[in-house]
Amino acid sequence: MAEDYTEMWKSLGIDIENHNALLAGLGQAYTDIFLSQKNRPEGMKYFDFVMSEVHGLRIKELVDAKAQGRKVIGSYCVFVPEELVLAVDGVAVGLCAGAELGFEAAEALLPRNTCSLIKSMFGFKLGKLCPYVESCDVIVGENTCDGKKKAYEIFRPLVKDLYVMDLPQTKSDTGRLMLKEEYRKFIAKLEKETGKKVTVQSLKKGIEMVNAKRKAMIRLAALRAADPAPISGLDALLINQVFFHDDPARFTESVNKLCDELEQRVKDHKGVFPKGTTRIIISGCPMAVPNWKLPLLVETSNAVIVGEESCVGERGTRWLTEVKGNTVEELLDAITERYFNVDCAVFTPNPSRVNHVKEMAKKLHADGVIHYSLQFCQPYIIESGPVEKELEKSHIPTLRLETDYSQEDAGQLKTRIEAFNERIKRK
Amino acid sequence: MRYAGIDIGSRTVKLAVIEDGRLVLSRKSATSHDPLGIARDLLEGVDYDRVIATGYGRHLIKGHLDCPVISEITAFVRGSRFFSDDCGSILDIGGQDTKAISLDKAGNLCKFEMNDRCAAGTGRFLEVMATVLGFTLEEFSDAALSATRAEKINSMCTVFAESEVVSLVTQGAARNEVALGIHRAIISRSAGLLNRVSHSGKIFFAGGVALNSCARTLLEQETKRPVFVPPDPQIVGAVGAALSASENG
Repeated sequence: MAEDYTEMWKSLGIDIENHNALLAGLGQAYTDIFLSQKNRPEGMKYFDFVMSEVHGLRIKELVDAKAQGRKVIGSYCVFVPEELVLAVDGVAVGLCAGAELGFEAAEALLPRNTCSLIKSMFGFKLGKLCPYVESCDVIVGENTCDGKKKAYEIFRPLVKDLYVMDLPQTKSDTGRLMLKEEYRKFIAKLEKETGKKVTVQSLKKGIEMVNAKRKAMIRLAALRAADPAPISGLDALLINQVFFHDDPARFTESVNKLCDELEQRVKDHKGVFPKGTTRIIISGCPMAVPNWKLPLLVETSNAVIVGEESCVGERGTRWLTEVKGNTVEELLDAITERYFNVDCAVFTPNPSRVNHVKEMAKKLHADGVIHYSLQFCQPYIIESGPVEKELEKSHIPTLRLETDYSQEDAGQLKTRIEAFNERIKRK
Repeated sequence: MRYAGIDIGSRTVKLAVIEDGRLVLSRKSATSHDPLGIARDLLEGVDYDRVIATGYGRHLIKGHLDCPVISEITAFVRGSRFFSDDCGSILDIGGQDTKAISLDKAGNLCKFEMNDRCAAGTGRFLEVMATVLGFTLEEFSDAALSATRAEKINSMCTVFAESEVVSLVTQGAARNEVALGIHRAIISRSAGLLNRVSHSGKIFFAGGVALNSCARTLLEQETKRPVFVPPDPQIVGAVGAALSASENG
């Protein structure tokens, strides 16, 4: 048994009884889904440890950081620049949740036909289940889809300090200008909150730290091009999920260490599944912890996932911020440029996303793409039609799936996934 | 060599045996609360060398019969080719799901779509609506065919459609016109699913609902495409599984 964190959780206002039930369920799911996998890399032990302490040691680190005067800034989107948070010596944590918890309470405030990601955000807050949310000094919302931007209006009174960032919806010059101004306002908010100034030096340091983290993820993504795949899609997704809340320097070091091991595996032609196993890319909505439903179904149906085109995946990690400029203004331009690349489906039009999926399919030698949409997520569901058409036109077999956080459709999904694999194998 | 295919559907379990490329035996039974027991009963006394399972219960039988499984989509693709070699697409309306499949020229699986997680617009829907109107399934189809106009049914949800039908009947609507409306609703929804995978060519119509002559007629009218119905549209998946068993030695 790890250290007893009950007092710490109590001080954060966590509902101890329900939280214990959550941790027990999570622990069991983790054992069944992750620890039962065969041929896992040794380097995954670090991430197993992180997950075993996900509401324990990491929260203690946040609490300790706060005691030293640092501020914890939570967010729900990859458009919130971690560089800026680090530049004021803050701690950035991703807060998205991936479990069907507290949905009854959430549905008292939100329509039933709201996507699971938003319902889960409310469910964890209303159920007092997430020590990350409760540790935050500021929670940053962002105007991405209509669902989220309207939900933040209802979310505001539930949390201590909600700061909402506006976002452009077109990749135009005015859109870029707007994003930069929003980031400038965010800097002002961070400076006010922390009493620290963003300087050229602190901003460069922040950029370098986040870039190092991204470079490690880019390295990991590239290694998955090997056949046999050196790491499972489940484990790779987990690393992408841990990306959002772990200590950045320690995370980077651990991913690089894992990559050293994977490089050796690739040289030795060793992998997690036999060579020639059907290779799948998942594209679409993000999967937050503990949403492992689809990858589990895919990887127990004689296929391996070799890439994620998602915010919790390459869409969130593939671009670096150029460390260019000698003023905060110039660095802010570089940061804006970097984030303006992110091809979320809230942008219209959004051609770079499907082009990236095509590139990934080629680079990673994928046999097919599964487009994953959360039910009621309009931007991704609507975009899935044209994406499928374009991929099929490029001879990339594509399967569109629409689901949520419940388990009730697991059987139907499995039938579709198996049939899709059978289709690919016939080719 | 004799090859068996067993298709464990949500409403019916089907068995087919193939020998020397001929269908030598087929059996069916309602799925009930004990699909595994029904599957065992169907296989009782049947002589075969290899068996493959398909249908929603395929993983259920695994470990008991210890046989390989294929998805029902692949099973229908294989099975359809046994009965017809010129259908470019398949529409299967089963007990609780609907599948639309397109094939390439060589008869391989191209694209497929399935209805969402609930049983809206499937065979079960027709069963419930027939009961609400006080028809057997045969009477239901005949009544619909006898109608010259149809009542409009707006809901595809079994629960909501039931109240809609009840209220139409209490308002004095003719039963046969309501029956035709129900058939129209289910076929236009299925045709929409089919249009997402293929727009032209002959349609292979399978599943329990293909037994319904009104559904067949409406499908032709709605899609303006020729429709082929095999002698027993319910056993297509089982035949496909048996054919797969004959290939995977």
